[in-house]
Amino acid sequence: MAEHLVSEAPDEAGRAAVWRARSVTRTHRGRAGATLGVAALTFVVVAVSAQHIGRYAVSQGISSIAAALPGIIAAIAAAVVLVMAAHASMKSLVAARSSDVYSARALGAEASLGAWRALSWSGALLIITAGAWFMVVNNAAVSRTFFDLALIRDSAGKVLWAFGTNVIIFSVSAVLILAWSLVIAIARTLPGETGRPLRFLAIAYGDLFRGLPAIITIYLIGFGLPLTDLPFLSDLSSTSYAIIALTLTYGAYTSEVYRAGIEGVHHSQVAAARSLGLSHAKTMRYVVVPLAVRNIIPPLMNNCISLQKDTALVAIIGAIDAFNQSKIIAANNFNLSAVTTVAILFIAITIPQARIVDKLTERDRKRMRAGG
Amino acid sequence: MALLEIERMTKHYGLVEVISDLSLEVAEHEVICLIGPSGCGKSTLLRCVNRLEEITSGEIRIHGDRITGPGVDLDRLRRDIGIVFQGYNLFPHMTVLENTMLAPTKVLGMSRREAEEKAMSFLNRIALAHKANDYPDRLSGGQQQRVAIVRALMMNPMLLLLDEITSALDPELVSEVLDIVRDLAAGGMTMILATHEMGFAREVADRICFLQSGRVHEQGPPAEIFGSPQKERTQAFLRSLKKAGRL
Repeated sequence: MAEHLVSEAPDEAGRAAVWRARSVTRTHRGRAGATLGVAALTFVVVAVSAQHIGRYAVSQGISSIAAALPGIIAAIAAAVVLVMAAHASMKSLVAARSSDVYSARALGAEASLGAWRALSWSGALLIITAGAWFMVVNNAAVSRTFFDLALIRDSAGKVLWAFGTNVIIFSVSAVLILAWSLVIAIARTLPGETGRPLRFLAIAYGDLFRGLPAIITIYLIGFGLPLTDLPFLSDLSSTSYAIIALTLTYGAYTSEVYRAGIEGVHHSQVAAARSLGLSHAKTMRYVVVPLAVRNIIPPLMNNCISLQKDTALVAIIGAIDAFNQSKIIAANNFNLSAVTTVAILFIAITIPQARIVDKLTERDRKRMRAGG
Repeated sequence: MALLEIERMTKHYGLVEVISDLSLEVAEHEVICLIGPSGCGKSTLLRCVNRLEEITSGEIRIHGDRITGPGVDLDRLRRDIGIVFQGYNLFPHMTVLENTMLAPTKVLGMSRREAEEKAMSFLNRIALAHKANDYPDRLSGGQQQRVAIVRALMMNPMLLLLDEITSALDPELVSEVLDIVRDLAAGGMTMILATHEMGFAREVADRICFLQSGRVHEQGPPAEIFGSPQKERTQAFLRSLKKAGRL
C-alpha cells in the first residue's frame, strides 16, 4: 500500500501555525466610528427639519399638537439611532481592549451588527425627512395640489360610489378570467397530432392579446362593438364592454400562468394516473389541474392585483369609474386631491393582497426547501 | 397459453437501442424477477408492457391478444395491468383513501361506498387503516409504497408490474414492502418485478431473468441462476454484487 489517494501532509505543524496566525480579532472600529458620525448628522438634520416644518404647519392653521407630533417622533427616533451608534462604538473600543480573544470576537461582531443597524435606520430617517421637505417647499405646493383635505373630504362620497364600478368590473371579470384562461390553457396543452389545430388557435389567441396593450383592447371593444349593430353585443353598457375587454386581455396572461402550472406537474404523476386507466381528460380533471392550481396561486394573485389596477383604464370608454369621477372633480376644482383619494383606495385594497402573495410565496419556498 | 407473451421486441430511444430482440413469456400465477445492471432495460420493459412507452418493433400479447399496434384501448388495457413505481407516485393532493379510491370510482364506476369498503379492507390488511385520512407527505416511504401497491390492487389487476419498488426506501423500510409482495405471490398474483433485492428475488421468484444490454441473457429457476449461472456475464454480475456485500 505505497500509494494512497491522500498521503500525510509533509508540514502539518506549518499548517497549524498559519491557521493560528490568521485568527485575528476584528473590532470594526472604522465602521462603528463612521456610523456614529452619520447618526449624529442625521439627528441634527431631523431635529432642525422637524422644528422648521412644524413651525410652518402651525402657521398654516394646523393645531400645534398635530404639527409637532410627527417631528417629535422623528427626533426621538433619530436620538435612539444615535444611542445605537454610540453603543456600537463603545463595544468596538471594549473589544479592542479585551484580553480574551473569544469575547473580543463576540463584541466585535456585535459592534459591526449594531453599526449596520444604526446606519440603515439613519438612511431611512433621512429619506423620510427629505419627503417631508418635498411636501412643504414652495409654500407647500405639493401638499396643496395632492392633499387638499377639505376637497378630499367633500368628494370622497362621490369617488367611493364610483369605485363601486371598479369593484363590479373587477369581480365579474376575475371570475370569468379564471374559467376562460383555464379553457385556453387546456387547449394549449392538448396532446399529439389531433390537438394541433386547437393548440394553434390557443397560441394565436395568447400572442394576440398579450401583444395588444390593454387600453387599446378596451378602446376597440368599447367603441367598436356598439358600431357593429350586432344584436345584443352592440348595446351593452360600457361596464360590460370593459369586462369583456379585460377578460380577453387577462385571459391570455392567466392562461400562460395555468399552462406553466400544468406543465410543472411532474410527469410521474401523469404516468401514475394513466397507468390506473384514467383517460387524458380524467387525468387532467382529477390530478393535473388540481396540482397545477396549488402551485400557481401566488402568480394568479399577482395577476389579480394587476387586474384591479387596470380597471382604471376603463375611464377611456367613458365608464364612470372612480378614476373618471375623480378626473371630473379634479377638472372642476383645478386640484388633484380627488385623484389622490382614488390612488389611496387602490393602494388600500391591493396592499393586503400583496402581503398574502408574499406569505404564500414564502410558504412555498419553505416547502421546496423541506423537499416537497 | 401464457398470460403475457413478448415476442422479438425492440425499443429505441432515438438512436439508442434500450431493448433489442427480446422475447419472454409469463404464465399465469408466475412470479418473474428481472435482474441486471442499471440501464439494462428492466424498467423500460415493464413500462412497455402497459404501454406507458411505445415499443419500436415486435409484439406483446395478453392471453393471445395483441396489445401493441394501433387501435388498442389503452385505458381499458391499463385497468387490468397494475404498475407500482420506484418513486411511489402517490397523488400528493389526495388522502391515502382518496388515492386508492380514485381509479375504481372514476374508471370502473364503482360506488364511493363500495370503493371505500374495499380500500379500508386492504388498508386494514397492511396495517395502515389509521392513516386512511392522512396525506402522503405524512407517511414514511415504506408506508407510501404500501399504499401505492394497494392503489394498484384496487383495480383487481391480472398482472402486476413492480418497478424497483424498494430502491428508493431506507433499508429498514424495505421488508415491510416485501412482505406484501410475498403475500401477493403466495396468493397467486402474476407479477414481474424489476429488482435489486437478490435475496428476495431468490426467495419469491419462480424464474429469474438476467437482462444485459436489452436482452434476456440468461434465465432459469433462482437456484440455478444464483447457484450455478452458466453465462460468463451473469457470473460477473453476481460476483460484483457479492463483492459489494449485496448478495
